[in-house]
Amino acid sequence: MRRRSVLAGLAALCTAGCSKIGDSKAFAGLVDGAEKLHRGAHRVLGGRRPMAREFALADISPEFRGNGNKDIDSDAYRAHVAAGFADWRLAVRGLVDTPLSLTLAQLRALPQRTQITRHDCVEGWSAIGQWTGPQLSAILGLAGVQEAARFIVFRCADDFSGHPYYESCDLDDAFHPQTIVAHRLNGEPLPVKNGAPLRLRIERQLGYKHAKYLTAIEAVASLDGIEGGNGGYWEDRGYQWYAGV
Amino acid sequence: MTRHALSTRLWHWVNAISVIVLFMSGLNISNAHPHLYWGQWGFSPGDAWFHVIRFPGWATIPGYYSLGVARQWHVLFAWVFALSLLLFMLAALLNGHFRRDLVTRPRDWRPAAIWTDVRAHLRLQFDHAGAKYNFLQKAAYGVVLFILLPLMVFTGMAISPGMDAAWPFLLDLFGGRQSARSLHFIVAWALFAFVLLHLVLLLLHRPLRNTLDMITGGRTDAAA
Repeated sequence: MRRRSVLAGLAALCTAGCSKIGDSKAFAGLVDGAEKLHRGAHRVLGGRRPMAREFALADISPEFRGNGNKDIDSDAYRAHVAAGFADWRLAVRGLVDTPLSLTLAQLRALPQRTQITRHDCVEGWSAIGQWTGPQLSAILGLAGVQEAARFIVFRCADDFSGHPYYESCDLDDAFHPQTIVAHRLNGEPLPVKNGAPLRLRIERQLGYKHAKYLTAIEAVASLDGIEGGNGGYWEDRGYQWYAGV
Repeated sequence: MTRHALSTRLWHWVNAISVIVLFMSGLNISNAHPHLYWGQWGFSPGDAWFHVIRFPGWATIPGYYSLGVARQWHVLFAWVFALSLLLFMLAALLNGHFRRDLVTRPRDWRPAAIWTDVRAHLRLQFDHAGAKYNFLQKAAYGVVLFILLPLMVFTGMAISPGMDAAWPFLLDLFGGRQSARSLHFIVAWALFAFVLLHLVLLLLHRPLRNTLDMITGGRTDAAA
């Protein structure tokens, strides 16, 4: 028992020290550097646009787990669900030539991509599902992304205690062939728990990048000044912006 | 002659630190979803082959549950761990450490020879003439260096969705992302067991001298 408490003491000393280091600016800089190194290594090792593996119908998991917000507790959202999202609009704005406001019917009228991919949650679990929707590149092509744009920001209808959910990615991921705005999962309209009526699929990155309940897509030059400035709800709370690790 | 080359000593301590940080931040990450699966997918505890305990704060980095902060430590020290391992291996190939000290000969593998070695260990007799390491040491260091440590790097890569897109063969190698995650966990504990054994044997055999030698380099005994 004594040895165990000595061991626990040593470990606690280490964790206390680590907590001190973990709060420092220098540590944050090192972590940022490591994240960029991971992103660079993935790009170098796989070429500029490697594809995430696509699976067969037989590989689809029996269920697609909902996580994070699994519903939106508002009268407006409940009305949208009741109306089959007939009045839902996806805005495309920011540094674009032609701002858009798209209905689900308009999104369904675009060329569609269907892909069976694995979804990896940052917590560690994985599920496989079949997603259908237009490529983000097609939507951005309609709007015309301006030269100055560096990032695409995704706005969502859900929030955590009043803090809106949002996400962002670079243009490399935005124009990747597998980056789609999905409105169907496993051949059915997207369920509420998975982000109805629209969720981003940004394969090659972890689940929190796949923004649900999408309301707007914004082309921006910088992520500064948007919410916490780190490019996403979880990124503002210490998670990596490049979630390919 | 110096007992431990400078590259070996530097790597030993850098590696000790990164393994401790990776292990303890890994336990924090495990707490986020303490269930292990085989195959490509797995999300429901009912499908898990193993339910991991919840690791207490004193065993984790940081010392409270935070998946975000634990991942910061983990993605940073993954680089320290993998790059220092690569550099050490190159140095050990070039300076002859592997060839001179770790390569075994067929006659070392005879059951009688191994048995003699095991009996000597059980009698706590660790002095051995001629070679720097006895057979059991060579076997343990060989398994750790060439199997367990590289497995940690490659199973870690296979858990990363960005790496999976770049190197899809990682998924085939380990039989799916959830299998790779399970292996990552199992091998981490195998390394934990090695470190415990390593420390117990150190305590049993000239702990101060051996520790100092790993810092200063030490000198090989002319008599040995």
